[in-house]
This record gives sequence, C-alpha cells and structure tokens, in this order.
Amino acid sequence: MKKWLMLGLLALSCVVQAQGNLEVNTPAVSSLKASMQGRFAQLEPLFAAGALGLTRDGRVEVRDPAAIPLAQRQSATSLVGAENRDRTALYREIARANGHPEWEADIANTFGGRWIDKARAGWWVQEAGGRWKQK
Amino acid sequence: MQKILSRTCVVLMAVSLLSACVTINIYFPAAAAEMAADRIIDEVWQLQPPAAQPQPNPNPDKKVTP
Repeated sequence: MKKWLMLGLLALSCVVQAQGNLEVNTPAVSSLKASMQGRFAQLEPLFAAGALGLTRDGRVEVRDPAAIPLAQRQSATSLVGAENRDRTALYREIARANGHPEWEADIANTFGGRWIDKARAGWWVQEAGGRWKQK
Repeated sequence: MQKILSRTCVVLMAVSLLSACVTINIYFPAAAAEMAADRIIDEVWQLQPPAAQPQPNPNPDKKVTP
C-alpha cells in the first residue's frame, strides 16, 4: 500500500516538474506574429542603416533620425510605433495566456535579450548600461 | 529501520512535489521563455534554423577518410 503511494507521488512529481513550458500558441500571438512579420520588410533597411536600434526591454527605438531621409522620417516613426504596440501586446498576451500577467516585464526582457542576440551584424543594439553598440 | 526509511522517502517526495508546484506557479520560467522567444523571433524575422536547410554534400562520391 505504502509502496504504491510512493510510486504515485513520484510519478506525479515527475509530471509536475516536466510542465515548465510556456504557452505561445494562441490566436492573438499568431496574429501579432503575422503583423510583425509583414512589417519587418520595411523595418529591415532602417535597422541596416543604423536608424533603429533594439532595446534591452524588447522594443525598437529610433536611434538616429538623421539616418532616415527627411521624407521618410514620419512614416518610419509611425512604423516603429506600430511595431512597439505589437511587441507590447505580444509580451502581455504571452503572460496572460500563461496565467501570470505579472510576468510581462520578464517576458519583455527575455525577448529583448533574444532579439539582440539574433540581430544581424551592423545593427545597433542596446548594451546593459543603456548605451548603443553596433554589432 | 525500514519504516523510518520509507517514511523519509515519502516526505522527500512530497517536498519535491510541493517545490515543483511552487516553482511553476511563482517563479518565471526563464529557460522556457527563451525557447519561446527564439521560436517567435525566428518566425518574425524568418530566420531558418540551420537544420532546416541541409547543405548538400558537394562530393557525394568521395569517401571521407579519417
């Protein structure tokens, strides 16, 4: 009897330990991904020109407005605004989908590190101290 | 002796079970979040994981010699 109880406890604890996963497959996440994917074609040249940078908290910032031709500056700014709205919504949605709205900042910072890690050579990214660094 | 041992076992497992629950419910799963972030970023930036594009062997006839 005791043996079975022990086995049951062990099995249960294994199952519970294995559930360290994050839920990211929600309709909201999919549509945010699609929206950001569509915008990336326009953002990419701005990253390459050094006009935009990736912040540590998982957002995009206009780092050097002078690198954008004057005629495009307005549209670039609104592009960045839309991108940051999507990103904020993405982090919030992942936190919410996992039942922990308070994780939003942690998720944003985790994404921040990963966007920076995956940024291409020549792009500008924010260092831990907040300074900009070209990869 | 046997009884004490098995009781200790039960207590240890219960503690492990409880700590697992606490870990999942309170602490931010950083490793899982990084994995999720990587998947999403690869999709948004359309980065192909290296395994998705296997490089064809330029010399399929050539045998690899040690």
